[in-house]
Amino acid sequence: MTAKPEPLHETAVARLPEPFLKWFAGKGWAPRAHQLELLSRAHAGQSTLLIAPTGAGKTLAGFLPSLTELAVRPKRKPGQAHRGIHTLYISPLKALAVDIERNLGKPVAEIGLAVAIETRTGDTPPHKRQRQKLVPPDILLTTPEQLALLIASGDAKRFFEDLRYVIFDELHSLVTSKRGHLLALGLARLRAIVPGLQTIGLSATVAEPDELRRWLVSQNPPGNMAGLVTVAGGAKPDISILESEERVPWAGHSARYAIPEIYEEIRRHRTTLLFVNTRSQAEMLFQELWRANEDALPIALHHGSLDVGQRRRVEKAMADNALRAIVATSTLDLGIDWGDVDLVIHVGAPKGASRLAQRIGRANHRMDEPSKAILIPANRFEVLECRAALDANYLGAQDTPPLLAGALDVLAQHVLGTACAGPFEAQALYEEVRAAAPYAALSRTSFDQVVDFVATGGYALRNYERYARIRRTKEGLWRVTHPRIAQQYRLNVGTIVEMPELNVRYVRSSRGLAGHGGRVLGKVEEYFAETLRPGDNFLFAGKILRFEGIRENECVVSAGTSANIIVPSYAGGKFPLSTYLADQVRAMLADPDRWSTLPEQVSDWLRLQKEKSMLPKRGDLLVETFPRGDRHYMVCYPFEGRLAHQTLGMLLTRRLERAEARPLGFVATDYSLAIWALDDMGALFRAKKPSLAELFDEDMLGDDLEAWLNDSWMLKRTFRNCAVISGLIEKRFPGQEKTGRQVTVSADLIYDVLRSHEPDHILLQATRADAGAGLLDVGRLGDMLSRVRGRIVHKPLERISPLAVPVMLEIGRESVNGGANESLLMEAAELAGEAMGQA
Amino acid sequence: MNFVPATVAVPDAAELVVIAGERAVCDARGVLYFPEMDMLAVSDLHLEKGSSLARRGALVPPYDTIATLARLQEALDLYRPRIVVSLGDSFHDGEGATRLHPAFRERLEAMMAGRNWFWIAGNHDPDAPADLPGDTVRELAIGALLFRHEPSRIPVEGEIAGHLHPCARIVQRGRSVRRRCFASDGTRMVMPAFGAYTGSLNVLDRAYAGLFRRESLMAYMMGRDRVFAIAGSMLRPG
Repeated sequence: MTAKPEPLHETAVARLPEPFLKWFAGKGWAPRAHQLELLSRAHAGQSTLLIAPTGAGKTLAGFLPSLTELAVRPKRKPGQAHRGIHTLYISPLKALAVDIERNLGKPVAEIGLAVAIETRTGDTPPHKRQRQKLVPPDILLTTPEQLALLIASGDAKRFFEDLRYVIFDELHSLVTSKRGHLLALGLARLRAIVPGLQTIGLSATVAEPDELRRWLVSQNPPGNMAGLVTVAGGAKPDISILESEERVPWAGHSARYAIPEIYEEIRRHRTTLLFVNTRSQAEMLFQELWRANEDALPIALHHGSLDVGQRRRVEKAMADNALRAIVATSTLDLGIDWGDVDLVIHVGAPKGASRLAQRIGRANHRMDEPSKAILIPANRFEVLECRAALDANYLGAQDTPPLLAGALDVLAQHVLGTACAGPFEAQALYEEVRAAAPYAALSRTSFDQVVDFVATGGYALRNYERYARIRRTKEGLWRVTHPRIAQQYRLNVGTIVEMPELNVRYVRSSRGLAGHGGRVLGKVEEYFAETLRPGDNFLFAGKILRFEGIRENECVVSAGTSANIIVPSYAGGKFPLSTYLADQVRAMLADPDRWSTLPEQVSDWLRLQKEKSMLPKRGDLLVETFPRGDRHYMVCYPFEGRLAHQTLGMLLTRRLERAEARPLGFVATDYSLAIWALDDMGALFRAKKPSLAELFDEDMLGDDLEAWLNDSWMLKRTFRNCAVISGLIEKRFPGQEKTGRQVTVSADLIYDVLRSHEPDHILLQATRADAGAGLLDVGRLGDMLSRVRGRIVHKPLERISPLAVPVMLEIGRESVNGGANESLLMEAAELAGEAMGQA
Repeated sequence: MNFVPATVAVPDAAELVVIAGERAVCDARGVLYFPEMDMLAVSDLHLEKGSSLARRGALVPPYDTIATLARLQEALDLYRPRIVVSLGDSFHDGEGATRLHPAFRERLEAMMAGRNWFWIAGNHDPDAPADLPGDTVRELAIGALLFRHEPSRIPVEGEIAGHLHPCARIVQRGRSVRRRCFASDGTRMVMPAFGAYTGSLNVLDRAYAGLFRRESLMAYMMGRDRVFAIAGSMLRPG
């Protein structure tokens, strides 16, 4: 909130009540132009989007309209009814709400305002929630899920009737997901309760501000936009790529080679934030830093799988400036103010630029001084990517994923929530929903289908009329049929469906699986725990752990040894490369003249690839095949980004399965795709069974895509999410946590049954839309396939090529279900036969 | 695996086993066929589970009954058994049969026509299914075999039961595969659940404690087109 004095805008400043002027003066500050601009627009009744870089005093700007109004609002007289919420602040992270409470509380106290500011998150105790309902604070800081709960309660009208402002922090990150859809619907509801409501959006720089401007206001009339206040970027960040004395590895993500240099930087700075792209990288880096930590500097670890208590301790220590370094993943990504950070180190490739810009903004929260950041490429591909990004002067730019049309499963949740608050009229709700930007194009037919789904499941076989959750009254209003429905709804609010996870429980090693008690360190995904054998060692929560076994919903571990560690490849934390950056990397690879700007070892790597295999010409597609261990591999390099590669992987494995190559799995990176199989795919290509041209034929986007969509484990996973979000199956029942296993099994079974009996059901429509947008990137894949037609080069190899190494190290997460599973069963059956001497 | 010289034609999808001296075919569709007795056993159909869940507010697709019946029809068409035993929990709840859609009821009755059909009482459906033909019994002894819903806790030679919904899991080449299975140690068997919405419980779970001689336990795991006989020593919990 510090600033150099700026010319005062007399009229605007005059709007500031006396105590505010005094407070600014006392600090030796002047209100900033954008803060005043936002204030005067707010007082003129306009909703506004504020785009500003980190450190521009965005938060204070957002709250100034509320605070100045509250400062002059007449006090409530004794005996008068309590007023409802005045200002609602919504943030994507619980931690951010807590942080704002702290940061806002200080100036409010100093200015001497009698303003009650409170948070309401999933962690807020029931008695406090109850009290908040009776005596609402002036400013409530909360999350999208809590808003959904509040508007679904019977007293929502009373609670919100005095609402003046809704402030959305980090709006650019809120709007890109289903959470954003739910929030947009919640906002539409608030507007219906309080038509004069004003919104304020706070956002980092984005490519398409108009999308956010529409999001903030009613889309009735369509195309309506909030006002825009933009603050020019602060000082250009000082970004460099680490010029290591050490050898940059061909592959891997640990950046172990750079540990001494990273440690040296930590010593030279006050507080260093180290960002990595995945949780497993975080674990590895943390482990390695402590190994190098001769001075025992306070270095901490923070990621989303850790126990919440531990995370809070780390956050507190960070805010108190008690740490010298913190290793973090995206859980710390958003605009949380973390004490005095003077260096950001980014390990791994920068991926999407907006992400990097956010992370760099973390350093030096003063926008007039350049932020300092060092990129540490963990492998040579990442050197290429970092170089391409810096060369293209790309890192100041922002790319946010395009906003998607509002999801129907989210709408179903909202419709039920609306009914829980009170009876609704279909036409009125339809109009209200269409005023929310993501649903502006929603057809009445889809809306009616969703309402029908909420009521009776929406099945062609109209079997469930008597079990309807909502039913139309004689007056034409939709009403919840039983109070139990509302109770169930409240337990299932939200759009974040977790992967099935197991608690990691730490027991004494001598006790093994029989050991009871012990501390919970955090959670791991169930699929990961399932592939472990007792005695395996892995890294978690900064410890080396020995896997003892699975007991009910817990993964039991004890102290491990450093011999033969398996790094968990958790879900989450993998970001796609933006189209632009991928293109830059492809150009650089194809042009040996540009290699001179690369570190020598990296250009050597490319030369080695040329020698051992080959480098694809610009526009060519290189396909390598080679054996390794008991599997056969095929690696191709389309450089089209991970989503497109993932779709390609699904479709190719389908074709390979049909060609009886018995594919076992595939993994996609931003640069390449690897498929592994039990049979030699290179031999199949040489025998033209199929040829590569046939394998990569564009027609895969027709029938194969359709067929794949219908039979895909990924679609099943997507369906499960849609089923939970839409309220078809429950996250949990009152008083009874369902384990992830039960949800998974039943969702899969439901999917199979529904697909074969009613393939056009609204929930399957929602599932396909989801998969098409999120997982497929079909458009980009189609462009690529047509580009490489007739330009596919097959290089059969004896062993893995230098260029193939990075993708090979990603292996472990994705897998194909299907024929290969049958083969594995067959193997096991044969082994069983041998073991019993009957083979 | 106790192989017997095959005088019986075993379909492709099936595996021939011997339980207490009686030969039986474990079929990948989840049914058990006894050629000598021309009898087909199926367990835990859980018909109308969908509508049972719908009653409690979870409006899952109402097609589980027809999906289950269609698969049963397939098995009946293949084996053409004279006797059919449904090993209990044929309906997900006591009123399941009364909720049957008329078209589904007709289909079921057509399948039952001309056959000796036994409904064994289960914990979900202790009473005879309303208005449906067939004999409802607590248990059924035929030859050396004893059919009942819930397996007894003590060793019982020749017992064929359901109730537990067994599945088995293997890990091969770092990959985990879990399937429904027939579980047997050669003296008795627990059959997999047949219903379209039925979940399953690992055969190594403590719920199975004491049922099988561990050293001769086999899991006949249901593959897509065939049954895989996996020795107990290969199985993983969870």
